Amino acid sequence: MASYRIQNGGAIDRARPVKFRFDGKSYTGFDGDTLASALMANGVSLLGRSFKYHRPRGLVTLGSAEPNALAEIGEGARREANVQMTMVELHDGLIAQSQNRFPSLRFDLMSVNQLFSKFLVAGFYYKSFMWPSAFWEPVYEKIIRRAAGLGRAAEGPDSDHYEHRHIHCDVLVIGAGLAGISAAQTAAAAGSRVLMLEEHAWLGGVSAYDDDPVDFTAQLDGRDDLQILRRTTALGIYDHNVVLALERSGDHLGEIADGHPRQRLWIIRPKQIVVAAGALERPITFDNNDKPGVMLSSAARGLANRFAVAAGKDVVILAADDTAYEVAADLHAKGIKISAIADMRDQIPSFARAQIPENIRVIEAAQPIKALGRTCVRGLRLKHAGSVENVKCDAILLAGGYNPNVHLLSHAGSAPVWKEEIHAFVPADTSGPIWAAGACRGIFDASACRVDGEVAGANAAMAAGFPFGVKSLGPVLESRATLDRLHVSGKGKAFVDFQNDVTEFDVRLAAQEGYQSVEHLKRYTTLGMATDQGKTSSVNGLSVLADALGKDISDVGTTRFRPPYTPTAIGAFAGHARGRDFQPIRKTAFHHCHEDLGAVFVEVGQWLRPRYYPQAGEDIFSAIKREAKAVRTSVGVCDVSTLGKIELFGPDAAKFLNRLYINNWMKLAVGKARYGVMLREDGCLLDDGTTSRLAEDHFFMTCTTANAARVLAHMDYASQILFPEMDVGFCSATEQWCGLALAGPNSRKVLGGLFQDLDVSDEAFPFMGVRETEFDGMPARIFRISFSGELAYEINTHWGCAAALWEKLQAAGQSFGLTPYGSEALGVLRIEKGHVAGSEIDGRTTAKDVGLGGMMAKKDCIGKAMAMRPGMVDEKRPALIGLKPVNRADRLRGGAHFVSPHDVGVSKPVQSLGWVSSVADSPNLGHWIGLGFIEGGQSRIGERAMCVYPLKDEAVEVEICNPCFFDPDGERLRG
Amino acid sequence: MHQINCPWCGPRDENEFSYQGDANCRIATQSKAPEEIEDLLYFRPNPKGLHKEYWHHVSGCRQYIIVERHTLTHEIRSARLARSPQNQEQS
Ligand SMILES: [Zn+2]
Repeated sequence: MASYRIQNGGAIDRARPVKFRFDGKSYTGFDGDTLASALMANGVSLLGRSFKYHRPRGLVTLGSAEPNALAEIGEGARREANVQMTMVELHDGLIAQSQNRFPSLRFDLMSVNQLFSKFLVAGFYYKSFMWPSAFWEPVYEKIIRRAAGLGRAAEGPDSDHYEHRHIHCDVLVIGAGLAGISAAQTAAAAGSRVLMLEEHAWLGGVSAYDDDPVDFTAQLDGRDDLQILRRTTALGIYDHNVVLALERSGDHLGEIADGHPRQRLWIIRPKQIVVAAGALERPITFDNNDKPGVMLSSAARGLANRFAVAAGKDVVILAADDTAYEVAADLHAKGIKISAIADMRDQIPSFARAQIPENIRVIEAAQPIKALGRTCVRGLRLKHAGSVENVKCDAILLAGGYNPNVHLLSHAGSAPVWKEEIHAFVPADTSGPIWAAGACRGIFDASACRVDGEVAGANAAMAAGFPFGVKSLGPVLESRATLDRLHVSGKGKAFVDFQNDVTEFDVRLAAQEGYQSVEHLKRYTTLGMATDQGKTSSVNGLSVLADALGKDISDVGTTRFRPPYTPTAIGAFAGHARGRDFQPIRKTAFHHCHEDLGAVFVEVGQWLRPRYYPQAGEDIFSAIKREAKAVRTSVGVCDVSTLGKIELFGPDAAKFLNRLYINNWMKLAVGKARYGVMLREDGCLLDDGTTSRLAEDHFFMTCTTANAARVLAHMDYASQILFPEMDVGFCSATEQWCGLALAGPNSRKVLGGLFQDLDVSDEAFPFMGVRETEFDGMPARIFRISFSGELAYEINTHWGCAAALWEKLQAAGQSFGLTPYGSEALGVLRIEKGHVAGSEIDGRTTAKDVGLGGMMAKKDCIGKAMAMRPGMVDEKRPALIGLKPVNRADRLRGGAHFVSPHDVGVSKPVQSLGWVSSVADSPNLGHWIGLGFIEGGQSRIGERAMCVYPLKDEAVEVEICNPCFFDPDGERLRG
Repeated sequence: MHQINCPWCGPRDENEFSYQGDANCRIATQSKAPEEIEDLLYFRPNPKGLHKEYWHHVSGCRQYIIVERHTLTHEIRSARLARSPQNQEQS
């Protein structure tokens, strides 16, 4: 293939050739190339296929506005789709694949879509795939997915890693073009801390595409007052002016060093922002304007000057703007043949014309008819002076004038306004804390941009608290002559939105069908909804719509731009918070003891709790049964460190508890514990637990593992907002005290062996008693409380003493066969006793529902009035009961519903009478048991009901019974 | 991403706080009529404009802050401790 590389010049390093692959073929470029420029240099101008019609497409821009030149970069798990080739810096070993073509880029079967294009017009999804609805998933979706799609997703979990960084600065400058650099220099000179972001690897913005660009590196790098992030795109401006920016810190490296991120997401909190995002050249809409070889004139100029690549051997510039002549002059100087400048305007300013040699042909009042050529451009057919002419060329460069880049500025909420002088939308408000400078607010002249940048930089620094002599120079507007009508209607396809294949015809059709608001137009035609967010298409689309409606473009308005500015990998937003690192893991002080025993763990919130301790040859069910049986027959030990623990102090502590819990705390004696239940403000159950009085003004509260944080926040609310007059203070002590529950008929003997100075007799240490003592010289607290229904104690001591406590307890318990038990066995034991837990306190139930309504004392407490509403005390509400299968061999399922027997097996929806909340295969009873809620509650005890579980197509007949299956009189725990 | 000026801790990121809703709906006593409590719990205004709301500095000083925030622009007009005496008098 012919080389399009220009012999001299450019910012490429010709001494460093770089090898890369595109669609399986090897190519060579140079260090300093982008993937796009290297392919163009190699004569590869067909770079992709379009989204809907699979039309051949080539390069349009040189930057992040690129709609066509998208590729898959990398392979396997590292493959990333829809990457703009213009933003990929060439490096050795780079592998790229074209997308959206089958079987190959040159020969694409799906391009037959063009033949059906009459059916693929605006709104074709809505029109074609409407009926019947049953066709959606099996038929339509498959067709659409195959036909219309861009790149393929990666084949595995992303193997790269991404990091987040937070940074504060006084002035953030977005864009290191001439205006941005001036703003940054001025703000830094004023003494403010400045951070500047630049999307490319180089500085200078559009001036970097000059033939002999200024090297800004020397004056800007290595300064303390000015930090520059290159390869960093500002993705959006968010609430309180937080800016998110993505640094592609590793993408340009062939290999990323260990421990280094592929990309870094910056979360920037600036005091003031200067947006200097430049302007984007706009295409011109005419038939076949999407052929490879049709590109923006600015892209051709940058290709020639920066990358030393000729956009073509023989080019035509289609002009609607004076800048066409600067481009022509530059290309001519690089030896590129310019067949003609076809200027669509009737009058061409003489200063523009003076920039080019006289021998370049200028066609005035030219009307483009269509781009010629089968795959790539072979000519431009145009009409001028009443006749039609085919001008031969291999590239058509579009100079449609410039759109200020208002994306970021409109993220912050201000809608852009139309500025007639430059035929473009400009930001409405640029006067801080978000300032704008240079081309993004419609100032295009280079020296004017520098001055504008200085003014914005000084203003921003001053607003951030760094006064500086502000130059009060108003914005300089260069006189420019741009044509406002950039679309020419023809018979073929004239594309407005290249990436989403939206034609001028589509826009007119949508307007005709009544989609006349810009937001409706956008959704109906998908104009501007592709990954490029309409950077090159939006204004042209609006202009066609305005024309179709006979309105001014300023009355049509714009759609709202939204972040992110460029497509961003989800991995960058996730950062390190993925997989196991999604949230912290909390381990109890006994964790290694459980690990030594081979425990299987379960996550409860962030905690890891032992679930069961399998012994050799045991499965989960036999392990649970063995553990639960050991507690009932001898003694078991369970880690209860994860329970929420809160210390309360103060003369009003008892009064405060009285308002939190439904039951009474004023008369609880020192050295005693009590079970309590608390409500939310709406009267539903919040949590339950045991709270002990250690002194008149000192209480120790426990709450469930899962609700610990919520209960503490609830207490903050109560003490700070509801009862600020109460003299009470409290704090979490969950991680200060580790805890073990010792349960079973032999627990007293084990406890006595461990604490030999403590009188553990029933008389000295009765049920619900609390004793403070010492373990290994550290404070210890022992509570005679029971969740299992057995004689039981909870031992709390200093978190750091856990290993010693575990070891000594094993020794004291050895002769009794002390058995560690996990959360599963704990669950079995509490279900046997009918004790409620998270499955019963599920956010919908009341104290009365779970059978604890009698605890409600005659006093004020949070949630009481709401709990007393008629609907909350209705006898028909489902209330707690126990259940067991009539056929004792049947299995019960949590989540099953109670239905009336004649509703079993009926296919229509049936009335649920309640649900099963917890089940267990009880080793102590020898069959499945369960807890549940049924209409009528305890009044149904002795009745039978059907329990259905449609997920497994099961229906089991059950007997409703008392929820306490084991030792209902509590003789064992008082023993 | 909001920045809230906690009276104790200074300007802190929104991530450290948990939003706790309308600050005009204190139910300190249950002796009110159930209808009145129901109104406070379930029928809360959703104004376009300045709104007084609780933010709990849950990953900081654990104080409830009454934040006056503009629901359209997110501008924060003021941030005061909920437990300070003048705030209690108001409600
Ligand atoms: Zn704070």
